[in-house]
Amino acid sequence: MQHTRTQDTLVGLFVAAGIAGLFFLSLQVSNLSSFSQRDSYTITAHFENSGGLKVKSPVSAAGVKIGQVSDIHFDTKSYESVVTMNIDAEYNTLPDDTTASIFTAGLLGEQYVNLEPGGSDTFLKNNSKIDITQPAIILEKAIGQFLFKAAEEKSE
Amino acid sequence: MIDNLQNLGAQTRASFNKLGRGTFFLLQTLSGTLSVLLRPRLLVNQLYSVGVLSFLIITISGLFVGMVLGLQGYYTLSRFGAEETLGVMVAASLVRELGPVVSALLFAGRAGSALTAEIGLMKATEQLSGMEMMAVDPMKRIIAPRFWAGCISMPLLAALFSAVGIIGGQLVGSGLLGVDEGAYWSQMQAKLDFQDDIVNGILKSIVFGFITSWIALFEGYDAIPTSEGVSRATTRTVVNSAFSILGLDFILTALMFGDH
Repeated sequence: MQHTRTQDTLVGLFVAAGIAGLFFLSLQVSNLSSFSQRDSYTITAHFENSGGLKVKSPVSAAGVKIGQVSDIHFDTKSYESVVTMNIDAEYNTLPDDTTASIFTAGLLGEQYVNLEPGGSDTFLKNNSKIDITQPAIILEKAIGQFLFKAAEEKSE
Repeated sequence: MIDNLQNLGAQTRASFNKLGRGTFFLLQTLSGTLSVLLRPRLLVNQLYSVGVLSFLIITISGLFVGMVLGLQGYYTLSRFGAEETLGVMVAASLVRELGPVVSALLFAGRAGSALTAEIGLMKATEQLSGMEMMAVDPMKRIIAPRFWAGCISMPLLAALFSAVGIIGGQLVGSGLLGVDEGAYWSQMQAKLDFQDDIVNGILKSIVFGFITSWIALFEGYDAIPTSEGVSRATTRTVVNSAFSILGLDFILTALMFGDH
């Protein structure tokens, strides 16, 4: 009898430890606690070029992460890239003349959407569209332009 | 020439034969599930010998694997000035790959071989036939509880392995090498996804637990009932489990993380 009871205790401890491990992985290690479960609303923005932006890239305002990119697709009518973003519901006071630009975190870091609030009194709502956008800076293009300009100045 | 062909044919037939017996064995085991639910005591006993007794080797290996990852990762990452991403590296490699795979390999060595030897010896000493004589179905009484104990223990052990490993990486990373502790955890939380990384890792370990328990029990049940036969069956369990785990891991990784 004593023997089975110790065994029961050990099995109980084992299962509890395993479940604690699972909880640790979900809450401490992954992003479950931060974003996925919260309420959010959706806004879209059309970019001339969305560069290396990916689904789940962060959306930030003034350097603070306020949402993430949920979908990127190519619009066959306007030939632009349509980026759909989920913004946390608590940040529901973004003016409707907010500017969206695609920036790179550091020189080689990942790309993210930066929202710069404007001065309008009306706010962005679910499914509204950001009109003012600034495309991603393509490094190769910028270097190309710089070299071209330098060569032009030399020949003058 | 003809002899070789005959050999090849015989071997092919034998391996298909074994595969068929294995599948039949699995179906019989699964059909014994209900009796496991009716007698939870049998399951608890097996959880003890399969899970609790593997606990120590799994946690200690996890700790050391995590610590080594922390050390090696730090040396590589610091060359690029990216030692802050150590947490991401340690956690991603543990949760996605090393946790499920290494714990499954250890599980096959620690618990799988014991299961095979136990069942094989039961067969050699005619305990299984004895049970049948007494109208006790060994599939329900012996095999099914062990099978489910393996399936339940494996994901728990893999989760423990990863969790302990991540803590070990943190101990070495921020305790010994001076990576910022906040950066270690926050970068990890920002980069690891619950659905993509954690759930997929657990799914992997469930598959590995299923396949390892199946192989171990079947090899024991199918062993030639002599001492040599049992010893060969035990070897086959470890070898076949390792092959299946590594092969399946490749397939599962390609399916789960292929588009990333």
